Amino acid sequence: MTATTFDLRRPAGRFVLGALAHIGRLSLLVAEMIRGLSEVRIWFPLAMTEAWKVGVGSIPIILLVAGFAGAVTALQTGYQFSGNIPYYVAGSLIVESVVLELGPVLTGLILAGRIGARYAAELGTMRVTEQIDALETLGRSPASHLIVPRVLAGLVMIPALTVIANVTGIISGWVAVQAVLPVTDYDFTYGARFFWRPFDAYYSVIKGFSFAVCITVTSCYFGFSTEQGAEGVGKSTTGAVVASCVMILLLDTLLAKLLLH
Amino acid sequence: MIEIHGVKKRFGQQVVLDGVDFVVQDGETVALLGPSGTGKSVLLKHIVGLIRQDSGVVKVDGKEVARLKREELRALRSTIGYVFQNGALFDSMTVFENIRLGITDEAKYRDMEYCRERVAKCIALVNLAPETADKYPAQLSGGMRKRVGISRAIAGSPKYLLYDEPTSGLDPVNSDIIDDLVKSLATELGVTSIMVTHDVRGAFRVADRLALLTSGRIVQQGTPKEFMASTVPEVREFLERDFGNITFAA
Ligand SMILES: Nc1ncnc2c1ncn2[C@@H]1O[C@H](COP(=O)(O)OP(=O)(O)O)[C@@H](O)[C@H]1O
Ligand SMILES: [Mg+2]
Repeated sequence: MTATTFDLRRPAGRFVLGALAHIGRLSLLVAEMIRGLSEVRIWFPLAMTEAWKVGVGSIPIILLVAGFAGAVTALQTGYQFSGNIPYYVAGSLIVESVVLELGPVLTGLILAGRIGARYAAELGTMRVTEQIDALETLGRSPASHLIVPRVLAGLVMIPALTVIANVTGIISGWVAVQAVLPVTDYDFTYGARFFWRPFDAYYSVIKGFSFAVCITVTSCYFGFSTEQGAEGVGKSTTGAVVASCVMILLLDTLLAKLLLH
Repeated sequence: MIEIHGVKKRFGQQVVLDGVDFVVQDGETVALLGPSGTGKSVLLKHIVGLIRQDSGVVKVDGKEVARLKREELRALRSTIGYVFQNGALFDSMTVFENIRLGITDEAKYRDMEYCRERVAKCIALVNLAPETADKYPAQLSGGMRKRVGISRAIAGSPKYLLYDEPTSGLDPVNSDIIDDLVKSLATELGVTSIMVTHDVRGAFRVADRLALLTSGRIVQQGTPKEFMASTVPEVREFLERDFGNITFAA
């Protein structure tokens, strides 16, 4: 065998080992986090401030994106409509697209950028400036001071923002569809209810919650394992966002396969 | 007592500590000297269990740091004050909150009145103005940050204090204040301290003993007198670089 032959086994082996190491360290972090849950007096107030910061701060961008997404869905629905489809179907289509897919996924992707990047950068900076080490030398747990509040804030706020995105998308879709089709309010609400199952709302929130787990845990993990100065912080921040987005898309597919029949 | 026996540590291919033996008795103040990048900070971090040795033993109070259980390590750490080289202040918190976190006793930490008193006292000890308490680390100069780091480390009245270059980057007046503080904490409260430093003059003023770390080993340790009289080439080189031509009556 000549030296120019590319042997795939070596990089593949390295990849698998690397992945296993990540999974191992991630499990340790999650175990730390679960242990940190017992220190309620420490994480509760921190989680409240964090929730306020990431939750309220994200409302404008969520309103903007969900508003446009709903409107564009409505306009495209109008474009695809042909004469013999009853108008109320537009209501079903818009509501279901927003609640099942656009609301949770767009919220997830945007918050991967907003919350995930923020967590990874904050924790990464704390790591490289030895603030996390300092916390440890003071006999305090980085998990209950830093990770638990961030993860819990995300787990509450991301599903909540998903609900806000759904409502916004539906309203803007409702308004926009009337610009392209002669759909009355009665048609729209009739159509919305016609296909609607209460499970759709749960499904949307379940998605939001799963994405929240992805975003918060991934970004805290990347932040915590930051190495080497400003460049390291940059690397873990982009790493956190990219990994969260990929996981969101994979989960999106997986959940659709598992839960929608 | 802090005991370090045969400690070796490498990062990848780079051997940083290559069999360090180093003992600090209770109540002693030892200055740890050495050129940049020889592993002084790495050695200090072994004592609080932030870094784990590849081989050898690190004991504090007779307990092997690397073998302690989570809660035991936590308890041990609350008896050790660690001054980080670059301060490592929590930048999302005010100076007051930073120093308050140094109060490791949970009951005292919850007692706001005690905290206010204690923080004010620690701020005064490092010669900072009382109004510094309300500032954020980003609003302070490097030297001020360093002193806040020292305040935080002493706030919990630790039994051990590990200072990582506490006076580097400080002006001479504040360097002397810190040196005196190190000295008085040791003599008045019986704190056992290790002070990593580049400042040979300060080390001679403060320390009961000195130790020189080069190439991963302690090449010389002893009282200031013994140190001055040393014939070990690394020691001579280190001293001459700092004292120049000045000769001391050893
Ligand atoms: N976490 C680490 N990972 C890899 N190398 C490290 C780490 N910490 C320190 N080093 C290396 O160990 C050596 C000693 O570092 P340090 O103890 O900070 O030196 P100093 O004596 O100036 O305090 C340096 O070469 C540094 O690059
Ligand atoms: Mg150092």
